[in-house]
This record gives sequence, C-alpha cells and structure tokens, in this order.
Amino acid sequence: MKVSVLALQGAFLEHEKKLAECGVEALEIRQWRDIEQSFDRLILPGGESTVMGKLLHELDLMTPLRALIEDGMPVMGTCAGLILLAERIADDSTVHLGTMGMTANRNAYGRQLGSFHTTAECRGIGTIPMTFIRAPHIASVSSAEPIAEIDGKIVAAKEGKQLALAFHPELDTDLRLHEYFLGL
Amino acid sequence: MEHNRYQLNKELAQMLKGGVIMDVTTPEQAKIAEAAGACAVMALERIPADIRAAGGVSRMSDPKMIKGIQNAVSIPVMAKCRIGHFVEAQILQAIEIDYIDESEVLSPADDMQHINKRKFDVPFVCGAKDLGEALRRINEGASMIRTKGEPGTGDIVQAVRHMRKMNSEIQKIVSMDEDALFHEAKELQVPYELVLYVHEHGRMPVVNFAAGGVATPADAAWMMQLGAEGVFVGSGIFKSGNPEKRAAAIVKAVTNYTDPKMLAELSEDLGEAMVGINEDEISLLMAERGK
Repeated sequence: MKVSVLALQGAFLEHEKKLAECGVEALEIRQWRDIEQSFDRLILPGGESTVMGKLLHELDLMTPLRALIEDGMPVMGTCAGLILLAERIADDSTVHLGTMGMTANRNAYGRQLGSFHTTAECRGIGTIPMTFIRAPHIASVSSAEPIAEIDGKIVAAKEGKQLALAFHPELDTDLRLHEYFLGL
Repeated sequence: MEHNRYQLNKELAQMLKGGVIMDVTTPEQAKIAEAAGACAVMALERIPADIRAAGGVSRMSDPKMIKGIQNAVSIPVMAKCRIGHFVEAQILQAIEIDYIDESEVLSPADDMQHINKRKFDVPFVCGAKDLGEALRRINEGASMIRTKGEPGTGDIVQAVRHMRKMNSEIQKIVSMDEDALFHEAKELQVPYELVLYVHEHGRMPVVNFAAGGVATPADAAWMMQLGAEGVFVGSGIFKSGNPEKRAAAIVKAVTNYTDPKMLAELSEDLGEAMVGINEDEISLLMAERGK
C-alpha cells in the first residue's frame, strides 16, 4: 500500500513518520506531477488551510484530488485537512475540496493560548490522546457522522472512507488512528 | 511554565513548517500577505530596512496596531519584543499574540540577559547564528529558532553563513564520541541534555527557519535546500516593486524548492526586488546583538 501526503505546507513529515511506523510507504504531493504516481490513500496534514487551499488551486491540484476522493479514495484530514474537506466553513464563503457534509469552524478555540492536549473517546477506535493546535471544530454535520466530541463540540467525523479530525494524531505516540485509517 | 504548554508551543511551530512568515506593518499588508499564502505574519511598525534607515531606538510595536492586524487575518500573528525586555513580552502575551520574536532587529534592552521564556505561556522564536546560540535560547524556553541573517539588507549571505554553521556544528556533534558531549556542552555553554538530543537526533529539538536577507524566490528555495524548515521574509516583500506577486512566488518556491523549472517560472517578471545593501556597506550588524 502507498499513501500520499499533501506536502504543500505544514506538518506532513510527522504523518510520513507515522506511516513508516505502520510499515507503509509514503509519497509526497507538491505539484500535479506527483498525483500521476499511483497511490491508495491520501492524508491532508495540519498547517494553515488558507495556504494549502490557495496552493491547491494555483498548482492545479484541487480538481484532480477532489475527483479521487469522490471516486472513493480513503482520505484523512487533520486540523487544516479537516477544513479542506468541509463542504462549508463558518463565516467564510471559501470551500476547498468540500467533499464531507459538515461545517468547519476555524480557530474555534481561539489563538495559541487556547491550544490544549487531552484524551477522549473516538468511537470505533477507543480512548486516544488528542492534541489541538489553534484547532477548528465541526460546528454541524449534514451527511458526515460525528465520532468524537469534547465538551459537546464535535472534533472528529467520518463519511464513507473520509475521516476528518480537528486534532493531530501525528503529534502523539499513539498509532491507532493511523492504523484505523489504513484499514478503511 | 508547564511542560505541556511548551510542547504545544513547539507543535505550533511544526504547523508553520514549509511556510513563509511575512513582515507586515498595516492590516492591509497583513491581508495581502494572507492572500498571497503567508502561513503567519509578523506585525511590526517598521520593517527592518526602515528601522535600519531611521536609526535610533527601536521598540515593541503599539499594541493597538498589533490588534488591528490580529483582527484583519485568520492566520497566526507574531510580534517582536526587544532582547531581554520581559515586560514588552508580558504585554504581547496579554494581547494573546500567537508567537513572540525576541528579536535583534529591535534595539537590545538588556546586554546581559535574554528573557526567561520558560515563565511565559505564549511561544517564543529567537534568532541564532550558530548552534550554541540556538541551544542557549532553547534552554531559556524558545520553542522555535531562526537564523539571524542580516535583517533589512536584502543580502542573503549572512543567513547562509548562519545556516551552514548550525548544520556543520550539528554534524560534528552527531559524529562525536558520546564521552565528548560533556566537554562540547561546556564549550557551547548549554546543558548536556540538549547536546545529547542533537547527538541522538541529528537536529535541534525545535523547528529552525531561515530569516534575514531573503529577497527572491531563489533565496527562499536556497535556504530550504540548505535545511531551513520554512522562511521569514521581512523587508523583501513590501520593499519590492510588486509585493503581491513576489510574496506569492516566494510561497510557491518554498513548497517546490527542489524543482528548478518551477523556480524559473516563479522568478519571471516579479518587478523590482528590494534594492538591498551589501554586508560590507553597513555599519550596524544586527546579528551581533544578543549572543
């Protein structure tokens, strides 16, 4: 199995290290040529969604990646990746990939002083560590299914083979989320 | 400062990797930077080239001006305080800045001590021109490092010198016998544990960006090829002929820094670069401030 990690900006190396720990080969997507290689899964990492969204457009990656996801390729988006997947962003007319039926609320916990670490239940996976860095949350869902909440706010959702997380499993030592994604 | 907070602060720097942090002086410039693909902005009253030209004492920016920029953009906002001036840092923390740059670009306020950054909840980035400086700042609580370069000159030579020096010192420590690390810690004036970390991991324990003198997409891509994990661009953008276009080109150059064909396209038709000053034409070396 080969997993491509969107490597335009952000913490893509951290995901690649997790994939290596799972014994899976990681590829990087930095431009359209990179999606001509064959791969089985896609990870959208943490970073700044405004940067990634802009580069996805200008490097002609948005349409082909959306088509791959719509054709059923399993995808996991963490933090900024969640925002890329959301069909709607609160107080913002921008839509990036927009393949998951949910509304993302950017910077939902405020500035860096609001960043935090906790553990919570993620349905289907168990109790896992969760690191939130200037994180979004999911304000509401239409077709996506919530799989984790903290203080009543949705922090993870699933829709078919798409997985969106407001937190960063790539920053913690627990491998279960990556293993779960590789099993989708 | 609890360990968890320091960890979260290092992790925010990890999220900035592969990105470009741009100096801005107004909410309008901040919006231009965000639209061009900046992963964060540095809010300051005057960009380094103008600080250099104006002379005199340069201080933390007006909090009102910084708040205006915080309200204008959704990406992280950083701001500078003077070296050692922990009250300026307290003020920046009070307005919930995302990152404080304890910066040699401003006039140093304490010629003996840097800020004890461990006492703060907000993260700090600090400049360094070699590994010893970098590890001393990390020991004081910095959660991100950048090369000092020579701010406001548009001359990349010093940033390159600092990055190469850090890399070669890291390589030296990696190849050292473990028994020699104690002596190396003494030489660098840093705790043994930090030297051991470098020996075991082949890198410093926090993210390291390039800064100081980046003016073109080629400069930015070069720093990335030399091992920088991202780039600060200060005067290089808003002192150039076409800030929007140059900023966007530098962002793409940092993502595709190993693709010369794309770098060639990105370098086309950017208008005038900032004029720049060569290092032997300046009398004030900001990089010599705060060791």
